[in-house]
Amino acid sequence: MQTVNWRDLKDRLSETGYVADPELAMALALMQRLQRPLLIEGEAGVGKTDVAKALAQALETDLIRLQCYEGLDANAAVYEWNYQRQLLAIKVWEGETLTADQKEEHVFQEKFLLKRPLLDAISRARPPVLLIDEIDRADEEFEAYLLEVLSDFQISIPEMGTITATSVPQVVLTSNSTRELSDALRRRCLYHWLDYPSEAKELAIVDARVPDIEDQLAGQIVRFVQALRREDLDKTPGIAETLDWARALTGLGARRIDEDLEEMRQTLMCLLKTRSDRGRITPEVVDRLAAKAL
Amino acid sequence: MSPDASGLQGFRDDREPDGRRIHRKLLAFARQARDNGFPVGVEESLDALTFAGDFDLLDRAELRRGLRAIFCASTTDWERFDDLFDSFWFYDSERTILKVSGTLPRSGGEGEVPSPAAHGSGGEDAGAEETLGGASAAERLAGTDFRHLETAQDLEAVYTLAERLARRLRWRLSRRQRIRRRGRRVDLRNTIHRSLRHGGTPLDLAYRRRHPRPIKLVMMLDASGSMSLYSSFFIRFIRGLVENLAQAEAFVIHTRLVHISAVLRERDLEKAVDRMNILSAGWGGGTRLGESLRSFNDNYAKQVLNGRSVVMILSDGYDTGPAELMAGEMARLRRRARRIIWLNPMIGWQGYEPVAQGMAAALPHVDLFAPAHTLDSLAALEPHLAKL
Repeated sequence: MQTVNWRDLKDRLSETGYVADPELAMALALMQRLQRPLLIEGEAGVGKTDVAKALAQALETDLIRLQCYEGLDANAAVYEWNYQRQLLAIKVWEGETLTADQKEEHVFQEKFLLKRPLLDAISRARPPVLLIDEIDRADEEFEAYLLEVLSDFQISIPEMGTITATSVPQVVLTSNSTRELSDALRRRCLYHWLDYPSEAKELAIVDARVPDIEDQLAGQIVRFVQALRREDLDKTPGIAETLDWARALTGLGARRIDEDLEEMRQTLMCLLKTRSDRGRITPEVVDRLAAKAL
Repeated sequence: MSPDASGLQGFRDDREPDGRRIHRKLLAFARQARDNGFPVGVEESLDALTFAGDFDLLDRAELRRGLRAIFCASTTDWERFDDLFDSFWFYDSERTILKVSGTLPRSGGEGEVPSPAAHGSGGEDAGAEETLGGASAAERLAGTDFRHLETAQDLEAVYTLAERLARRLRWRLSRRQRIRRRGRRVDLRNTIHRSLRHGGTPLDLAYRRRHPRPIKLVMMLDASGSMSLYSSFFIRFIRGLVENLAQAEAFVIHTRLVHISAVLRERDLEKAVDRMNILSAGWGGGTRLGESLRSFNDNYAKQVLNGRSVVMILSDGYDTGPAELMAGEMARLRRRARRIIWLNPMIGWQGYEPVAQGMAAALPHVDLFAPAHTLDSLAALEPHLAKL
């Protein structure tokens, strides 16, 4: 019997450079055990998408990504016929004595089928990780359709018949909660709320992802960003921003953030991405935050 | 997908009699979670058992992590889970019936919420009593009379305007495309299908076109004392919209929330006014905007709102409740609705600033904030509604 071993999974994730806390590792392990999709919610920039990427790497399997948007329909998400090839094939057979029925049968075969993420994910030999990113952006019709695919793992194509999953993918859904998801979808999934990382966790992330950084600088960077998140900002910097800034400062050869305050202020564009945020974090505020981060 | 049966079996066999006890306890916890409004059904309970079969359940930290992922479905659940878990597993007794504070059971149990379509006013009143709580002393029991104020001409004008707006509102383009005989983009899939009839020459082209969908309008009228000069005027405006839109719902907010769509659709005007008078007992009292919005979000939002809903709130934003409640409920509403329009008659007044606490708390979640003190200002809404 396969058992839930989240510690093992957590170790494998950290080998790929992803620092997962026990709750998340447990949710991912349960997802494999119970064969249920996992819904991850959280603020923008907390690393929701990276969860799926790291999981695929840790399980040594492929990642298939479906980015959702309003108006996403089956053609873009599931499959599409390769029209150019179909037209070409029909032209080629023009001289031959085939009936219309025979031609139709030829044209609607698997070799004329373009697999889009959902179909691709269920027809692999080895179960991949399927990332359905920002599901809240797709409309309700798509959500309902997705629910059907996620519970049966089969897709029907009118011209060909039903395709049943050869392997059941590990499904990770992410949402920024711009729209309330249906209760049916929520119940179908396991749930994890991803928060901004704690100071210790963020430090571990910086160490893992920016290997040549010095301990002192890494600590200061993390404390500065943590303090900055408590300020009233339009766009709170996420983990990606912290990493960008860490790379920028190491690239400039800094060893402390207060070494050259002028230069440090110039690099803040890595963290502050709107005009009003830049206006709000004045040089005085920067100095105050920097002093606390030392 | 149902959890595999072997997990459950293994659990039962290996761990008797100890397993039996834990099994029972887990199910009791699932029940308690359900009583506290967590979306826990049979499937979730089975998953919990499968999970428990793999584990040494004496490790509470493990149990907490696993059950959290299985039992939660939203941020609120996530935040409340620790309290629920602690109250169950640490203050040990299977029989204790604990309710975690500040929670409501999901979407009304049997007989709690009267169906909106209920005829007669009896049902509405029964629902009212429950949400009434300690209604403000200012709640006036006498029905406010609509008859005076407007001349017949004014009335006519309001109706005509409402009708016109309703027509503009009816359709909004969806980004989904439907197949049509004429349109902007060729639909290759269907064109190829049709071409087979002609031996593969695409003679008969299929097109796709953006498909218009009816929008759904949800109106909330604040009928508090501070709005009394306007509410009788607005109620006619709302009635005009409800009559002309297939998908429209109307609510009145004062110390509580009242669903009035059914009343407004009443053909017989006299009957409608009668029923309105019964419903409107308490009109003109103090407003509890935040609380009324919460009651809307809890009881109606799920059925009434979808991604094509436009919420129109007619209020001056004077709220007797805390501003945080207002902000929180507006944020919830924002996520469910496509657009929020706030019409405030006081914007028309000279030197008005939205300083009322409730109004200030609501503003960040509002898409269109517009005046509504004259017919002209309502007419000025038209271009905005057409763009939705």
